[in-house]
Amino acid sequence: MKLDVNGLVVDVTAEPTTPLLYVLRDELGLNAAKFGCGLGQCGACTVLADGEAIFSCLTPISVLEGRRIRTVEGLGTAQKPGPMQRAFIDMQAAQCGYCIPGMMVRAQALLERKPDASEADIRGALQPNLCRCGTHMRIVRAAVRAGELMRGKS
Amino acid sequence: MLSGFSGCAAQRAIAPAAAPQTFPHELIAKGAELAHLGNCLGCHTAEGGKPYAGGTPIQTPFGTVYGTNITPDADTGIGGWPLEAFTRAMREGVDRSGRHLYPAFPYDHFTKATDDDIAALFAFIMTREPVKQENRRNTVPIPRTFLGFWKSRYLKTGVYRPDAGHDAQWNRGAYLVQGLGHCGACHTPRNKLGAEKHDSAFAGGEAEGWHAPALNAASPSPVPWTPEALHTYLRTGIADLHAATAGPMAEVVHDLSQASDADIAAIARYIASLDTRSEADRARARDAALERARSALAMRGQAVYDGACADCHNRGRAEQGGALPLPLGTALTMPTPRNLIQIIRDGIVPPDGERGAWMPAFKGMLTDEQLTDLLSYLRALTGQPAWTDVAGEVRKISRGDQ
Amino acid sequence: MNRREFIATGGALIVSFALPARAQKLPGSLEKDPLLDSWIRVAADGRITVFTGKAELGQGLKTAILQIAADQLAVDMKAIELVTADTALTPNEGYTAGSNSMKDSGTAILNAAAQAREILLAQAAKRLDLPVEKLSAQDGQIVAADGRRIGYGALVQGQLLHVRAAPESRLRRERNLIGKPVPRVDIPAKVTGGAAYVHDLRLPDMVHARIVRPPGYGAKLRSLDDKPVANMAGVIKIVRDGSFLGVIAAREWTAVQAMRALRARAAWDEPRKLPRDIYATLAALPSQDTVIAGADAPALQNGRVIEAGYTRPYQIHGAIGPACAVARYENGALTIWTHSQGVYPLRGAVAELMGMPPERIHCIHMEGSGCYGHNAADDVAADAALLARALPGTPVRVQWMREDEHAWEPFGPAMLSKARAVLDAAGNVSGFQYEVWSNTHSSRPGKAGELAAAWSLEKPFQPSPPRPIPQPEGGGDRNAIPLYKFPATHVTHHFIPEMPLRVSALRGLGAYMNIFSIESFVDELAAAAKADPVDFRLRHLDDPRARAVIEFAAERFGWRTYAKRNGNGRGFAFARYKNLAAYAAIAMEVAVERDTGELRVLRVVAAVDSGEAVNPDGIRNQIEGGILQSLSWTTFEAVMHDDRRITSRDWGTYPILRFSHVPQTVEVHVIDRPGEHFLGTGEAAQGPTAGALANALAHATGVRVRDLPLSARRLKQVLSA
Repeated sequence: MKLDVNGLVVDVTAEPTTPLLYVLRDELGLNAAKFGCGLGQCGACTVLADGEAIFSCLTPISVLEGRRIRTVEGLGTAQKPGPMQRAFIDMQAAQCGYCIPGMMVRAQALLERKPDASEADIRGALQPNLCRCGTHMRIVRAAVRAGELMRGKS
Repeated sequence: MLSGFSGCAAQRAIAPAAAPQTFPHELIAKGAELAHLGNCLGCHTAEGGKPYAGGTPIQTPFGTVYGTNITPDADTGIGGWPLEAFTRAMREGVDRSGRHLYPAFPYDHFTKATDDDIAALFAFIMTREPVKQENRRNTVPIPRTFLGFWKSRYLKTGVYRPDAGHDAQWNRGAYLVQGLGHCGACHTPRNKLGAEKHDSAFAGGEAEGWHAPALNAASPSPVPWTPEALHTYLRTGIADLHAATAGPMAEVVHDLSQASDADIAAIARYIASLDTRSEADRARARDAALERARSALAMRGQAVYDGACADCHNRGRAEQGGALPLPLGTALTMPTPRNLIQIIRDGIVPPDGERGAWMPAFKGMLTDEQLTDLLSYLRALTGQPAWTDVAGEVRKISRGDQ
Repeated sequence: MNRREFIATGGALIVSFALPARAQKLPGSLEKDPLLDSWIRVAADGRITVFTGKAELGQGLKTAILQIAADQLAVDMKAIELVTADTALTPNEGYTAGSNSMKDSGTAILNAAAQAREILLAQAAKRLDLPVEKLSAQDGQIVAADGRRIGYGALVQGQLLHVRAAPESRLRRERNLIGKPVPRVDIPAKVTGGAAYVHDLRLPDMVHARIVRPPGYGAKLRSLDDKPVANMAGVIKIVRDGSFLGVIAAREWTAVQAMRALRARAAWDEPRKLPRDIYATLAALPSQDTVIAGADAPALQNGRVIEAGYTRPYQIHGAIGPACAVARYENGALTIWTHSQGVYPLRGAVAELMGMPPERIHCIHMEGSGCYGHNAADDVAADAALLARALPGTPVRVQWMREDEHAWEPFGPAMLSKARAVLDAAGNVSGFQYEVWSNTHSSRPGKAGELAAAWSLEKPFQPSPPRPIPQPEGGGDRNAIPLYKFPATHVTHHFIPEMPLRVSALRGLGAYMNIFSIESFVDELAAAAKADPVDFRLRHLDDPRARAVIEFAAERFGWRTYAKRNGNGRGFAFARYKNLAAYAAIAMEVAVERDTGELRVLRVVAAVDSGEAVNPDGIRNQIEGGILQSLSWTTFEAVMHDDRRITSRDWGTYPILRFSHVPQTVEVHVIDRPGEHFLGTGEAAQGPTAGALANALAHATGVRVRDLPLSARRLKQVLSA
């Protein structure tokens, strides 16, 4: 079936009941979304579908036909990082970094819906995502910074 | 002693207590237990607010009533209320100054509590941390004086009288359920004036946009509840062949986790007894439900179920990480899909930081159409008549209406 | 003979300024790997490669090592390729653990790079016929005052760096990178979808596998109906050896479904019982008792006795990404890509497991998700090795499931402790006793018997008898000896060999529990002596660096001017990790809601001294991380089990800290001490955080809680009693 991922329509060969996460990683070679639990409890697999943050570990590709899927790779590149990525690099908001793509996507969903989101909004929005290294303070600071960058301040 | 409520006019004011009151430690502890059984915290604490300081909106068909500040603050709470005033509020729904209280405060149930229990609750409430917080104005356009009339028709005051035809445990359960537990406040249908229909006690009702299912012979549970299953459900929030607690009931179960095992057993016993079907009828229903579950599981379902639900729900609870086999879920057999819609969209998640089984939230993942398809498929598994206007219900809830 | 003549003769070169080199220990890991080109190589094109036997765990190791090497070699970090933990390429530095990387590898590379630079300078001096003093190293070239320059690549010939290191080095005075908050080199790839973890490794023809783990310790596979699963589309092979069971498929989701199907068709015998009351069980098990301090301390005098007992439950590492490994077996040779903390020890264990010579096994470290100690990384590597051998020539990727990781990873051990002190009439401590009961905190491979797969094989391997880690590092007794100068200090370690549950090293080892206990207890002593907790600590410490972090944290927190408001409280704690590594002092303010038991951390202020700060931001990151991680352990975490199995199998049944419980603010102040030894920092914050939290809770409520975790449920019970 066809999937719209980061602006490109791709043909995937996985069974329709396959969770999106495995298609992203194994078929499309997109590394950012991660396997953390497969249970919708940790958010490491978070991606965007039509702007909504979803658990790609639980979403079968069959329900995503025609939806615009975006991953961290769609937010920018190493050469030209987007504002969210720029913010996380500037704030050095990572220790092991495994949870970070999920955090970035969830923060992205919030800021696209609510560009002037406050720090309290950010903390609330990130509740579904877990971090074990304890990088929470920096993640919040990076999301705040991303909001500033997205609003055009520098 | 049962007595009808008399008098439409406002009642007399009661003078405040002369001095700050102190209470023996055991009485406070007993009151704490009773407060959990009655879930006072639930209606008297706003989201993110201080305990018992009020501010909770309670939606009624007549407008929004706000739970009041029942901390012992002298200005904004019930500081200074003597026991007499507290008892009158609990039994007759009248505050210290003599005003009628809206029956969103279920005094029609609390009236059944004994004097000793009310005194213990009083001791507990009066030793909470005083919080200065003004009560919010209710948006109910019905004047309080009307409540005098309402009470004269619908309020039967008086302590619970044990039924000699049943043993001590059953009566304890009845006392708790009919009294402080106020289960009927959600689980009994109400008439147009908002009073519980006593001739349809426990025939099913409403709470905060959720359906509170019938607990009597009309119970929609495919496998009829036993006292043991109810006990497990009330104790842990999950009963293997029945349900996982969700919505407002989840808060009730969370509070009941503080109650003694004996009280939980009594409540379970009493509630199980409300289902007056014969043993033979119950056994027939159970066997049919289990058979349907078995054959439904053998069906290949729609892609949504197979992709999004099957991985956990096909394993059954006994398996590692498995979940309730859905054909047995009570949410599927209720007269309305509302509960199931909310469960699928929001998941069932333990309170922040607490342990528990976890169903993830699927809103955003499934479009309204996909959710509608899934619901129709799940309903078909039960063999019950299809729900009407599932798409409409989904749309209402996803738009935030209740 | 002078130095230049010595160099001019070539041959084995020993650069030394003092005693014969052999008599002095070499710095850090150079002692074990003294050849400079084990660590630093320069190619003919000038490209520099630095080798470290340590691994990047997300602690910023790669960046710090590059900073050190680049500074000493006078090059840009970008000019260096860093190779980490690889049994074919790097020195054997054991495990990346114990916060020893800077001390062991950082120190080795600091010196090796400095000495390599000196050799290049000397070589250039020879070529340019100039004295060394007239030359300087800049940007990969040796530059003469008169403008002539030679690139490193052109200077290197033959075995120039194949020489033994000297005990001392002339370090470059210019600090371009060390001491600066250089951005981490691994972060850009991690935020843009680059391949960064072993989980991201994709090799041609790679297949996917899942293991059907037994339901509990000691479970045996009684029967298995695998025919329908073998016939599933896309399933390549089912591998069974005794009770070890795995399934390999072409696609990852197929492997998951096949694993579930296999599990549903497997029946197990579960003979082993788990004890009901862990603390009672541990207290009753036989122990090896060692007095680790104050063996000749006098008996406690008469006076006011203060005593308290503390408990800590089993806790998990709980990396967000469950363990993963890729292995390829071909022609009797095995390659494993692994996030194990010790590629060399792992190689040895896998060699024994597979009956292969270690030289035929190549373990290459790739980053995992977090680490936090001995987790399941070695186990999954063994799983992958066994499955790879069943499918020679094909790389096999094994990913552990969340539920299996929660149940099977080695836990941080449950522990008990008891503290007892006597105060004299003046309120001074006249004697201090501390005891701690614990299983081993290290069951790392080494041997095949430490790998989970090995226990299930038809011919199983038995776990090795556990041994305590000796002081001064310690295991369960890490940080059991307080740094405070209490008279008549007496400390006993009760080492319990028998392990009811699988345990090993969890970040900090015993330090977390011992510091929690001792710092809680010190507050009780201070209260009994009617002294301020910070003053009381200062009164008993003469180490100036310890005093400095305490005073700094207290001052930044506003300790002296703190005004207690309803329901709020403040707490303080201090420790020097292992009494050898970094110093950390932590002050925090909390708010407690008595009716719900909710404990909210409002603000945390930390001061840390890690010696010379290679990367101050890295230190701040590690300390913040340690604080948040410890808040999670201390407020929420305990492994649950019934009489047969671990029952905390996911984040629902083992909740950890979420953003709702993150403090409002966390400040970390780094005291940089240039010239001092690098001190390990990654485990310095966890113990003091727990102590500060317990002390703040006591201050806020007047109630002392001594049993971890300080959960809302426990607090609600205790506070309403």
